[in-house]
Amino acid sequence: MKIDLLTVALADDDEDDRLLFEDAINELKIKTKLLLFKNGLELMNYLKKPDAELPQVLFLDLNMPVMDGMRCLDEIRRDSRLKNLSVAIYSTSSSEKDIVETYVRGANIYLTKPSDFKKLQNAIQKILSINWQFHSSNLDKDNFILRI
Amino acid sequence: MMKISIDYDLKFLLDKVLDPLFKKYGLEYEFHSLAEIGIKGSPSPQVMNDLQEDLSALGITIINDHKHGLVQKIKKAITTYLVDGEAVKDVKLSTYLADTCNYSYAHLSSTFSEVTYSSIENFVILKKIEVAKKYLNTGNYTLTEIAHKLGYSSVAHLSNQFKNTTGLSPTLYREIIRQKKESDQLRKREYTQIDNEN
Repeated sequence: MKIDLLTVALADDDEDDRLLFEDAINELKIKTKLLLFKNGLELMNYLKKPDAELPQVLFLDLNMPVMDGMRCLDEIRRDSRLKNLSVAIYSTSSSEKDIVETYVRGANIYLTKPSDFKKLQNAIQKILSINWQFHSSNLDKDNFILRI
Repeated sequence: MMKISIDYDLKFLLDKVLDPLFKKYGLEYEFHSLAEIGIKGSPSPQVMNDLQEDLSALGITIINDHKHGLVQKIKKAITTYLVDGEAVKDVKLSTYLADTCNYSYAHLSSTFSEVTYSSIENFVILKKIEVAKKYLNTGNYTLTEIAHKLGYSSVAHLSNQFKNTTGLSPTLYREIIRQKKESDQLRKREYTQIDNEN
C-alpha cells in the first residue's frame, strides 16, 4: 500500500466541526480523500454497502443523534468485513474512564477535539502517518492504541 | 468531420495490452488498482528491466519501484536490529543500515522520509515501542527488564518515550489490554451461548 492517497472518513453531526476537519486535512502534505457523514446511521448505511470503498481511518464523534459513535463502533467490530477498520474516536470528552471504555470496546485511537486549528492538523497528520506505518510494516494491529 | 461518442473500460484495455507482455516473460499478474499491479513470485532484476523497456514503448512507466523496495528493506533491517539486537549491539544503527542496504545513511534517510513522510528515527521509536507492548502484553516482564532488553538507559526513559508515542503510560496501556482481553472473552462466551440456544 502506498501513502500517496489515503481515504479517510469522518462522522460528526456538528457542521462546524466537519468543516474545520475538512480544512485541516486538505492542507496536509499527505493527500487524502475525505468521506463525510452527518450521523452514525448515515455512516453505517454507507459502510454496509458491499461495494463501499472502505476508509483507511474512520474518525467517529461519540455524541451524535440517531445513532451514536459507540453503537457504530460495536457494529463495526462485530461485522467481519469491517472489523479491521482503524477507528479513531473524535470527541470533546477527555475523561480517562470514557477513553479506557472506548479502547476496551475496540477503538484504536482517541483524539480529544483540539482547541485550535494547528493542533488539529498536527493530530491528524500524526494519526495518518502512524496508522499507515501499522498497515505497511506488519505491526500488530491488536496492540494499536493511540491517545492524542 | 464525423463525431462519434465512445464508451470504454480502461481495465479491459489495459489487460489486453499487458497480457501478451507479461506472458512473454512468463509472469502472472493481477490488478490491485488501475495504477498498481501485483506480480506473482519475484522476477529477476534483468526481467524487470526488459519488462520496463517493453512497457516504455507503450508509454507506461514503473514508478517508484526502487524507492518503495528500499524502504521495505530499511524497515526489515530495523526490525532485525531491534529483535536480534544482542548480536549487533556494538554497531550503531546507522552503520548497520548502511552496511545492510548498501547505501549511505544520508541517502537511506532522505529516501525513507520522501516515501513515508516520516523519519527513520521516528520509525525506530515506533518499532521499539511495539516490541515493548508485546513484552507488556505477556505480563511476564517488569518495566525494568523491558527497558534493559530494548537498550533504554532507565525505566523513566522508556516510560517517557512510550507516553510520547502512544499517548498512554505503560501502566495504563497494560490495564487497557487486560480489560480488553476480559471483555473479548466475555463477548465470545455470549456469542457461543446465543449459538447454542439457536
